[in-house]
Amino acid sequence: MAGVHVSTTINGDPVEYVCPADESLLDVLRDRIGLTGAKEGCSTGDCGACSITLDGTLVCSCLVLGAEAEGRKITTIEGMADGEKLHPLQTQFIDNAALQCGICTPGFLIAAKSLLDHNPDPSVEEIRYALAGNLCRCTGYDKIVRAVQAAAKDLRKQNKKK
Amino acid sequence: MRYESPTTTKEAVTLLSREKGKAHILAGGTDLLVRLRMDMIEPDLMVDIKRIPAMNEIKKTPAGAFKVGAAVSGIRLGANKALTKAWPGVVEATNLIGSDQIQGRCTMVGNLCNASPAADSVPALIAAGAKANVVGKKRRTVAVEDIATGPGKTSLAKGEIIESITLPKRPPKSGDAYLRFIPRTEMDIAVVGVAISLTLKKGVVASARVALGAVAATALLVPEAAKAIIGSKLDDDALDALAAACSAACKPIDDKRGTVEYRTKVAGVLARRAAKIAFERAGG
Repeated sequence: MAGVHVSTTINGDPVEYVCPADESLLDVLRDRIGLTGAKEGCSTGDCGACSITLDGTLVCSCLVLGAEAEGRKITTIEGMADGEKLHPLQTQFIDNAALQCGICTPGFLIAAKSLLDHNPDPSVEEIRYALAGNLCRCTGYDKIVRAVQAAAKDLRKQNKKK
Repeated sequence: MRYESPTTTKEAVTLLSREKGKAHILAGGTDLLVRLRMDMIEPDLMVDIKRIPAMNEIKKTPAGAFKVGAAVSGIRLGANKALTKAWPGVVEATNLIGSDQIQGRCTMVGNLCNASPAADSVPALIAAGAKANVVGKKRRTVAVEDIATGPGKTSLAKGEIIESITLPKRPPKSGDAYLRFIPRTEMDIAVVGVAISLTLKKGVVASARVALGAVAATALLVPEAAKAIIGSKLDDDALDALAAACSAACKPIDDKRGTVEYRTKVAGVLARRAAKIAFERAGG
Protein backbone atom coordinates (compact mmCIF):
# COMPACT_ATOMS: atom_id res chain seq x y z
CA MET A 1 0.00 0.00 0.00
CA ALA A 2 1.41 3.34 -1.01
CA GLY A 3 1.98 5.69 1.88
CA VAL A 4 0.80 9.25 2.26
CA HIS A 5 3.42 11.81 3.25
CA VAL A 6 2.10 14.26 5.84
CA SER A 7 3.61 17.42 7.33
CA THR A 8 1.74 18.63 10.36
CA THR A 9 2.13 20.34 13.74
CA ILE A 10 1.68 18.39 16.96
CA ASN A 11 1.69 20.28 20.27
CA GLY A 12 3.51 23.13 18.55
CA ASP A 13 6.25 20.99 16.99
CA PRO A 14 6.51 20.35 13.25
CA VAL A 15 6.16 16.63 12.57
CA GLU A 16 6.41 14.59 9.37
CA TYR A 17 5.31 11.04 8.81
CA VAL A 18 4.32 8.56 6.13
CA CYS A 19 1.25 6.43 6.79
CA PRO A 20 -1.08 4.15 4.80
CA ALA A 21 -4.06 6.11 3.44
CA ASP A 22 -6.53 4.21 5.60
CA GLU A 23 -4.64 4.54 8.88
CA SER A 24 -6.35 6.52 11.64
CA LEU A 25 -4.71 9.56 13.16
CA LEU A 26 -4.94 7.74 16.51
CA ASP A 27 -2.76 4.91 15.15
CA VAL A 28 -0.35 7.45 13.66
CA LEU A 29 -0.01 9.27 17.00
CA ARG A 30 0.45 6.11 19.04
CA ASP A 31 2.42 3.83 16.72
CA ARG A 32 4.40 6.21 14.49
CA ILE A 33 4.96 9.31 16.63
CA GLY A 34 5.09 7.52 19.99
CA LEU A 35 2.47 9.74 21.61
CA THR A 36 0.51 7.10 23.52
CA GLY A 37 -1.55 9.49 25.67
CA ALA A 38 -4.59 9.24 23.41
CA LYS A 39 -6.14 5.81 24.02
CA GLU A 40 -8.08 3.43 21.85
CA GLY A 41 -11.35 2.47 23.53
CA CYS A 42 -14.02 1.77 20.96
CA SER A 43 -12.66 2.92 17.58
CA THR A 44 -16.14 4.10 16.68
CA GLY A 45 -16.30 7.59 18.19
CA ASP A 46 -18.40 6.58 21.19
CA CYS A 47 -15.96 6.58 24.12
CA GLY A 48 -13.82 9.69 23.61
CA ALA A 49 -10.63 8.10 24.99
CA CYS A 50 -8.80 9.17 21.82
CA SER A 51 -9.89 12.84 22.03
CA ILE A 52 -7.50 15.44 20.60
CA THR A 53 -8.00 18.84 19.05
CA LEU A 54 -7.57 19.42 15.34
CA ASP A 55 -7.17 23.10 14.44
CA GLY A 56 -8.64 23.84 17.87
CA THR A 57 -11.73 21.63 17.42
CA LEU A 58 -12.35 18.69 19.73
CA VAL A 59 -12.47 15.44 17.74
CA CYS A 60 -12.01 11.70 18.17
CA SER A 61 -8.66 10.84 16.60
CA CYS A 62 -9.96 7.36 15.77
CA LEU A 63 -12.39 9.04 13.35
CA VAL A 64 -9.75 11.10 11.56
CA LEU A 65 -7.38 9.68 8.95
CA GLY A 66 -3.68 10.31 9.46
CA ALA A 67 -3.67 11.61 5.89
CA GLU A 68 -6.14 14.37 6.80
CA ALA A 69 -3.69 16.05 9.20
CA GLU A 70 -1.62 17.67 6.44
CA GLY A 71 -1.01 21.29 7.40
CA ARG A 72 -3.28 21.08 10.47
CA LYS A 73 -2.51 21.86 14.10
CA ILE A 74 -2.96 18.96 16.48
CA THR A 75 -2.90 19.06 20.27
CA THR A 76 -2.81 15.93 22.38
CA ILE A 77 -2.70 15.31 26.12
CA GLU A 78 1.11 15.37 25.92
CA GLY A 79 0.86 19.09 25.15
CA MET A 80 -1.29 19.95 28.16
CA ALA A 81 1.26 20.33 30.96
CA ASP A 82 3.77 23.18 30.76
CA GLY A 83 6.98 21.17 31.18
CA GLU A 84 6.82 19.74 34.70
CA LYS A 85 3.98 22.08 35.67
CA LEU A 86 0.64 20.36 35.40
CA HIS A 87 -2.42 22.12 33.95
CA PRO A 88 -5.01 23.02 36.64
CA LEU A 89 -7.31 20.36 35.18
CA GLN A 90 -4.63 17.71 35.66
CA THR A 91 -3.95 18.88 39.22
CA GLN A 92 -7.64 18.86 40.11
CA PHE A 93 -8.19 15.42 38.57
CA ILE A 94 -5.49 14.15 40.96
CA ASP A 95 -6.73 16.12 43.98
CA ASN A 96 -10.33 15.05 43.43
CA ALA A 97 -9.38 11.44 42.63
CA ALA A 98 -11.25 11.86 39.34
CA LEU A 99 -9.64 8.77 37.89
CA GLN A 100 -9.18 5.15 38.78
CA CYS A 101 -7.88 2.96 35.95
CA GLY A 102 -6.94 6.06 33.96
CA ILE A 103 -7.69 4.87 30.43
CA CYS A 104 -10.37 7.51 29.87
CA THR A 105 -8.48 10.32 31.62
CA PRO A 106 -6.51 11.84 28.72
CA GLY A 107 -9.74 12.08 26.70
CA PHE A 108 -11.63 13.64 29.61
CA LEU A 109 -8.86 16.19 30.16
CA ILE A 110 -8.77 17.21 26.49
CA ALA A 111 -12.58 17.45 26.31
CA ALA A 112 -12.75 19.37 29.60
CA LYS A 113 -10.08 21.80 28.41
CA SER A 114 -12.00 22.33 25.18
CA LEU A 115 -15.09 23.15 27.26
CA LEU A 116 -13.26 25.57 29.58
CA ASP A 117 -11.56 27.30 26.64
CA HIS A 118 -15.02 28.23 25.36
CA ASN A 119 -16.90 28.49 28.65
CA PRO A 120 -14.83 29.44 31.71
CA ASP A 121 -17.73 29.05 34.16
CA PRO A 122 -19.87 26.08 33.08
CA SER A 123 -22.80 24.76 35.14
CA VAL A 124 -22.85 21.12 36.22
CA GLU A 125 -25.34 20.43 33.44
CA GLU A 126 -23.10 22.07 30.85
CA ILE A 127 -20.13 20.04 32.09
CA ARG A 128 -22.10 16.81 31.88
CA TYR A 129 -23.32 17.59 28.36
CA ALA A 130 -19.84 18.62 27.20
CA LEU A 131 -18.37 15.39 28.55
CA ALA A 132 -21.16 13.15 27.23
CA GLY A 133 -18.80 11.95 24.50
CA ASN A 134 -16.36 10.55 27.07
CA LEU A 135 -17.13 7.29 28.82
CA CYS A 136 -15.70 6.27 32.21
CA ARG A 137 -16.45 2.88 33.72
CA CYS A 138 -14.79 3.52 37.10
CA THR A 139 -15.61 6.85 38.68
CA GLY A 140 -19.33 7.28 38.18
CA TYR A 141 -18.48 10.71 36.71
CA ASP A 142 -19.22 12.65 39.88
CA LYS A 143 -15.59 13.24 40.83
CA ILE A 144 -14.77 14.17 37.25
CA VAL A 145 -17.48 16.83 37.25
CA ARG A 146 -16.20 18.17 40.59
CA ALA A 147 -12.61 18.24 39.32
CA VAL A 148 -13.68 20.21 36.24
CA GLN A 149 -15.60 22.70 38.41
CA ALA A 150 -12.56 23.14 40.69
CA ALA A 151 -10.19 23.57 37.74
CA ALA A 152 -12.54 26.11 36.17
CA LYS A 153 -12.39 28.10 39.42
CA ASP A 154 -8.56 27.87 39.49
CA LEU A 155 -8.34 29.01 35.88
CA ARG A 156 -10.68 31.95 36.46
CA LYS A 157 -8.48 33.05 39.39
CA GLN A 158 -5.35 32.61 37.29
CA ASN A 159 -6.78 34.68 34.45
CA LYS A 160 -7.85 37.44 36.84
CA LYS A 161 -4.27 37.79 38.06
CA LYS A 162 -2.99 38.14 34.51
CA MET B 1 -6.83 2.53 -0.66
CA ARG B 2 -5.83 5.90 -2.11
CA TYR B 3 -6.59 9.19 -0.36
CA GLU B 4 -7.21 12.36 -2.35
CA SER B 5 -8.07 15.82 -1.08
CA PRO B 6 -9.03 17.92 -4.11
CA THR B 7 -9.54 21.66 -3.81
CA THR B 8 -12.41 22.05 -6.29
CA THR B 9 -15.74 20.28 -6.69
CA LYS B 10 -14.92 19.62 -10.36
CA GLU B 11 -11.74 17.80 -9.39
CA ALA B 12 -13.67 15.73 -6.84
CA VAL B 13 -16.28 14.78 -9.45
CA THR B 14 -13.54 13.79 -11.92
CA LEU B 15 -11.81 11.60 -9.33
CA LEU B 16 -15.07 9.91 -8.37
CA SER B 17 -16.35 9.35 -11.90
CA ARG B 18 -13.03 8.00 -13.23
CA GLU B 19 -12.50 5.56 -10.38
CA LYS B 20 -13.02 1.96 -11.52
CA GLY B 21 -13.01 0.53 -8.00
CA LYS B 22 -15.05 1.49 -4.97
CA ALA B 23 -14.94 5.19 -4.22
CA HIS B 24 -16.25 6.93 -1.12
CA ILE B 25 -16.66 10.60 -0.25
CA LEU B 26 -15.12 11.62 3.07
CA ALA B 27 -16.69 14.61 4.82
CA GLY B 28 -16.73 14.38 8.63
CA GLY B 29 -16.02 10.66 8.53
CA THR B 30 -18.10 9.96 11.63
CA ASP B 31 -20.01 7.21 9.83
CA LEU B 32 -17.63 6.37 6.98
CA LEU B 33 -14.51 5.80 9.08
CA VAL B 34 -16.48 3.61 11.50
CA ARG B 35 -17.54 1.45 8.54
CA LEU B 36 -13.94 1.40 7.31
CA ARG B 37 -12.67 0.34 10.74
CA MET B 38 -15.28 -2.43 10.97
CA ASP B 39 -14.34 -3.73 7.50
CA MET B 40 -17.88 -3.04 6.28
CA ILE B 41 -16.38 -1.17 3.32
CA GLU B 42 -13.15 -1.68 1.40
CA PRO B 43 -12.66 1.51 -0.60
CA ASP B 44 -10.14 1.81 -3.41
CA LEU B 45 -10.40 5.58 -3.24
CA MET B 46 -11.45 8.04 -0.57
CA VAL B 47 -12.08 11.62 -1.69
CA ASP B 48 -11.82 14.09 1.19
CA ILE B 49 -13.97 17.14 0.40
CA LYS B 50 -12.90 19.26 3.36
CA ARG B 51 -10.31 21.25 1.38
CA ILE B 52 -12.84 22.44 -1.19
CA PRO B 53 -13.66 26.09 -0.34
CA ALA B 54 -17.18 25.96 -1.85
CA MET B 55 -18.01 23.06 0.46
CA ASN B 56 -16.65 24.78 3.55
CA GLU B 57 -18.75 27.91 3.67
CA ILE B 58 -22.11 29.04 4.95
CA LYS B 59 -23.28 31.74 2.57
CA LYS B 60 -26.31 33.97 2.52
CA THR B 61 -27.33 34.40 -1.13
CA PRO B 62 -28.48 37.79 -2.49
CA ALA B 63 -32.00 36.33 -2.60
CA GLY B 64 -31.86 35.73 1.16
CA ALA B 65 -31.42 31.94 1.10
CA PHE B 66 -28.64 30.11 2.98
CA LYS B 67 -26.18 27.84 1.23
CA VAL B 68 -24.47 25.42 3.59
CA GLY B 69 -21.42 23.59 2.21
CA ALA B 70 -21.24 19.81 2.41
CA ALA B 71 -18.15 19.89 4.64
CA VAL B 72 -19.52 22.34 7.24
CA SER B 73 -19.45 20.66 10.66
CA GLY B 74 -22.22 20.70 13.24
CA ILE B 75 -20.23 23.03 15.50
CA ARG B 76 -19.75 25.57 12.72
CA LEU B 77 -23.43 25.40 11.84
CA GLY B 78 -24.38 26.06 15.46
CA ALA B 79 -21.94 28.97 15.67
CA ASN B 80 -23.60 30.78 12.75
CA LYS B 81 -25.98 33.23 14.40
CA ALA B 82 -27.87 34.32 11.27
CA LEU B 83 -28.55 30.73 10.23
CA THR B 84 -29.55 29.70 13.74
CA LYS B 85 -31.98 32.62 13.88
CA ALA B 86 -33.56 31.79 10.51
CA TRP B 87 -33.63 27.99 10.88
CA PRO B 88 -33.39 27.05 14.57
CA GLY B 89 -35.01 23.66 13.97
CA VAL B 90 -32.48 22.65 11.31
CA VAL B 91 -29.58 23.71 13.52
CA GLU B 92 -30.93 22.01 16.66
CA ALA B 93 -31.52 18.79 14.72
CA THR B 94 -27.96 18.78 13.37
CA ASN B 95 -26.52 19.65 16.77
CA LEU B 96 -28.24 16.60 18.27
CA ILE B 97 -25.96 14.28 16.31
CA GLY B 98 -23.50 12.68 18.72
CA SER B 99 -21.11 14.22 21.24
CA ASP B 100 -19.06 17.42 21.02
CA GLN B 101 -16.31 15.30 19.46
CA ILE B 102 -18.71 14.15 16.74
CA GLN B 103 -20.10 17.68 16.28
CA GLY B 104 -16.58 18.85 15.46
CA ARG B 105 -16.67 16.67 12.36
CA CYS B 106 -20.19 15.59 11.37
CA THR B 107 -22.03 17.32 8.53
CA MET B 108 -25.66 17.67 7.40
CA VAL B 109 -24.84 16.35 3.95
CA GLY B 110 -23.03 13.37 5.46
CA ASN B 111 -26.08 12.70 7.62
CA LEU B 112 -28.24 12.92 4.49
CA CYS B 113 -26.06 10.71 2.26
CA ASN B 114 -25.44 8.12 4.95
CA ALA B 115 -29.20 7.60 4.45
CA SER B 116 -30.04 6.27 7.88
CA PRO B 117 -33.83 6.35 8.40
CA ALA B 118 -33.12 7.78 11.87
CA ALA B 119 -30.87 10.65 10.73
CA ASP B 120 -31.71 13.68 12.88
CA SER B 121 -31.00 16.51 10.45
CA VAL B 122 -32.93 15.01 7.54
CA PRO B 123 -36.54 15.51 8.75
CA ALA B 124 -35.63 19.09 9.70
CA LEU B 125 -34.18 19.71 6.23
CA ILE B 126 -37.24 18.17 4.56
CA ALA B 127 -39.60 20.30 6.67
CA ALA B 128 -37.51 23.33 5.75
CA GLY B 129 -37.98 22.61 2.04
CA ALA B 130 -34.21 22.37 1.63
CA LYS B 131 -32.64 21.51 -1.72
CA ALA B 132 -29.43 19.60 -2.36
CA ASN B 133 -27.10 21.15 -4.95
CA VAL B 134 -25.77 18.11 -6.78
CA VAL B 135 -22.72 18.27 -9.04
CA GLY B 136 -21.88 15.55 -11.53
CA LYS B 137 -21.59 15.72 -15.30
CA LYS B 138 -24.18 18.45 -14.91
CA ARG B 139 -25.43 20.43 -11.97
CA ARG B 140 -28.91 19.65 -10.69
CA THR B 141 -31.01 20.63 -7.73
CA VAL B 142 -32.81 17.89 -5.84
CA ALA B 143 -35.33 18.17 -3.00
CA VAL B 144 -33.79 16.68 0.14
CA GLU B 145 -36.68 14.18 0.47
CA ASP B 146 -35.67 12.71 -2.90
CA ILE B 147 -32.06 11.93 -1.91
CA ALA B 148 -32.48 8.86 0.34
CA THR B 149 -34.23 5.95 -1.37
CA GLY B 150 -33.86 3.40 1.45
CA PRO B 151 -31.60 2.57 4.38
CA GLY B 152 -28.04 3.33 3.22
CA LYS B 153 -29.19 4.06 -0.35
CA THR B 154 -29.40 7.36 -2.25
CA SER B 155 -30.57 8.52 -5.66
CA LEU B 156 -27.14 9.97 -6.47
CA ALA B 157 -25.45 8.51 -9.55
CA LYS B 158 -21.79 7.44 -9.69
CA GLY B 159 -19.62 10.52 -9.80
CA GLU B 160 -22.31 12.75 -8.34
CA ILE B 161 -21.65 14.70 -5.20
CA ILE B 162 -23.72 17.09 -3.09
CA GLU B 163 -21.81 20.36 -2.94
CA SER B 164 -24.16 22.22 -0.64
CA ILE B 165 -27.66 22.47 0.78
CA THR B 166 -29.86 25.49 0.09
CA LEU B 167 -32.26 26.56 2.80
CA PRO B 168 -34.84 28.89 1.28
CA LYS B 169 -35.41 32.50 2.28
CA ARG B 170 -37.52 32.77 5.38
CA PRO B 171 -40.72 34.84 5.17
CA PRO B 172 -41.47 36.88 8.29
CA LYS B 173 -43.39 35.07 11.06
CA SER B 174 -41.84 31.70 10.36
CA GLY B 175 -40.51 29.08 12.73
CA ASP B 176 -39.26 25.51 12.69
CA ALA B 177 -38.52 22.87 15.30
CA TYR B 178 -37.21 19.32 15.56
CA LEU B 179 -37.89 16.91 18.39
CA ARG B 180 -36.75 13.34 18.72
CA PHE B 181 -37.39 10.67 21.28
CA ILE B 182 -34.43 8.77 22.69
CA PRO B 183 -34.31 6.69 25.88
CA ARG B 184 -31.20 8.57 27.12
CA THR B 185 -30.71 12.32 27.49
CA GLU B 186 -27.82 12.51 24.97
CA MET B 187 -25.84 10.48 22.49
CA ASP B 188 -28.48 8.15 21.12
CA ILE B 189 -30.25 7.25 17.91
CA ALA B 190 -33.77 8.58 17.34
CA VAL B 191 -36.64 6.20 18.02
CA VAL B 192 -38.90 8.79 16.42
CA GLY B 193 -38.05 12.24 15.05
CA VAL B 194 -40.49 14.98 14.05
CA ALA B 195 -39.73 18.25 12.27
CA ILE B 196 -42.21 21.02 11.58
CA SER B 197 -41.72 24.27 9.73
CA LEU B 198 -44.52 26.82 9.45
CA THR B 199 -45.30 30.40 8.50
CA LEU B 200 -48.05 32.48 10.10
CA LYS B 201 -50.26 35.16 8.63
CA LYS B 202 -52.36 37.16 11.10
CA GLY B 203 -51.80 34.49 13.74
CA VAL B 204 -53.03 31.67 11.51
CA VAL B 205 -50.82 28.93 10.04
CA ALA B 206 -50.58 29.94 6.37
CA SER B 207 -48.17 27.25 5.23
CA ALA B 208 -46.47 24.29 6.86
CA ARG B 209 -44.32 21.27 6.18
CA VAL B 210 -44.15 18.25 8.47
CA ALA B 211 -41.53 15.49 8.25
CA LEU B 212 -41.00 12.31 10.26
CA GLY B 213 -37.81 10.35 10.93
CA ALA B 214 -37.14 6.79 12.13
CA VAL B 215 -40.68 5.60 11.35
CA ALA B 216 -40.09 4.32 7.79
CA ALA B 217 -37.29 3.24 5.46
CA THR B 218 -36.57 6.91 4.74
CA ALA B 219 -37.56 10.17 6.39
CA LEU B 220 -41.11 11.05 5.29
CA LEU B 221 -42.70 14.29 4.16
CA VAL B 222 -46.29 14.16 5.40
CA PRO B 223 -48.51 16.61 3.48
CA GLU B 224 -51.66 15.38 5.30
CA ALA B 225 -50.12 16.42 8.61
CA ALA B 226 -49.34 19.87 7.23
CA LYS B 227 -52.92 20.18 5.94
CA ALA B 228 -54.19 19.41 9.44
CA ILE B 229 -52.72 22.61 10.83
CA ILE B 230 -52.85 24.97 7.84
CA GLY B 231 -55.61 27.53 8.42
CA SER B 232 -55.61 26.92 12.18
CA LYS B 233 -54.29 28.77 15.19
CA LEU B 234 -53.01 25.44 16.45
CA ASP B 235 -56.05 24.80 18.58
CA ASP B 236 -56.61 21.38 20.15
CA ASP B 237 -58.65 20.08 17.20
CA ALA B 238 -55.87 20.99 14.77
CA LEU B 239 -53.25 19.41 17.02
CA ASP B 240 -55.35 16.23 17.32
CA ALA B 241 -55.66 16.07 13.53
CA LEU B 242 -51.90 16.68 13.18
CA ALA B 243 -51.07 13.89 15.63
CA ALA B 244 -53.48 11.50 13.91
CA ALA B 245 -52.04 12.30 10.45
CA CYS B 246 -48.47 11.75 11.68
CA SER B 247 -49.35 8.44 13.33
CA ALA B 248 -51.20 7.34 10.20
CA ALA B 249 -48.14 8.06 8.03
CA CYS B 250 -45.82 5.86 10.12
CA LYS B 251 -44.56 2.63 8.60
CA PRO B 252 -42.02 1.70 11.27
CA ILE B 253 -40.23 -1.52 12.12
CA ASP B 254 -40.07 -3.29 15.47
CA ASP B 255 -36.56 -3.23 16.84
CA LYS B 256 -34.68 -2.97 20.11
CA ARG B 257 -35.24 0.77 20.21
CA GLY B 258 -39.01 0.74 19.86
CA THR B 259 -42.03 -1.24 18.75
CA VAL B 260 -44.29 -0.36 15.83
CA GLU B 261 -47.11 0.56 18.20
CA TYR B 262 -44.88 2.74 20.36
CA ARG B 263 -43.27 4.60 17.46
CA THR B 264 -46.66 5.23 15.85
CA LYS B 265 -48.05 6.73 19.04
CA VAL B 266 -44.95 8.79 19.88
CA ALA B 267 -44.86 10.32 16.38
CA GLY B 268 -48.20 11.98 17.13
CA VAL B 269 -47.13 13.10 20.61
CA LEU B 270 -43.90 14.67 19.36
CA ALA B 271 -45.66 16.31 16.41
CA ARG B 272 -47.96 18.23 18.79
CA ARG B 273 -45.00 19.43 20.84
CA ALA B 274 -42.86 20.35 17.82
CA ALA B 275 -45.76 22.26 16.25
CA LYS B 276 -46.18 24.33 19.42
CA ILE B 277 -42.46 25.18 19.50
CA ALA B 278 -42.42 26.14 15.80
CA PHE B 279 -45.56 28.23 16.34
CA GLU B 280 -43.99 30.06 19.26
CA ARG B 281 -40.78 30.66 17.32
CA ALA B 282 -42.85 32.12 14.49
CA GLY B 283 -44.21 34.64 16.97
CA GLY B 284 -47.66 33.03 17.25
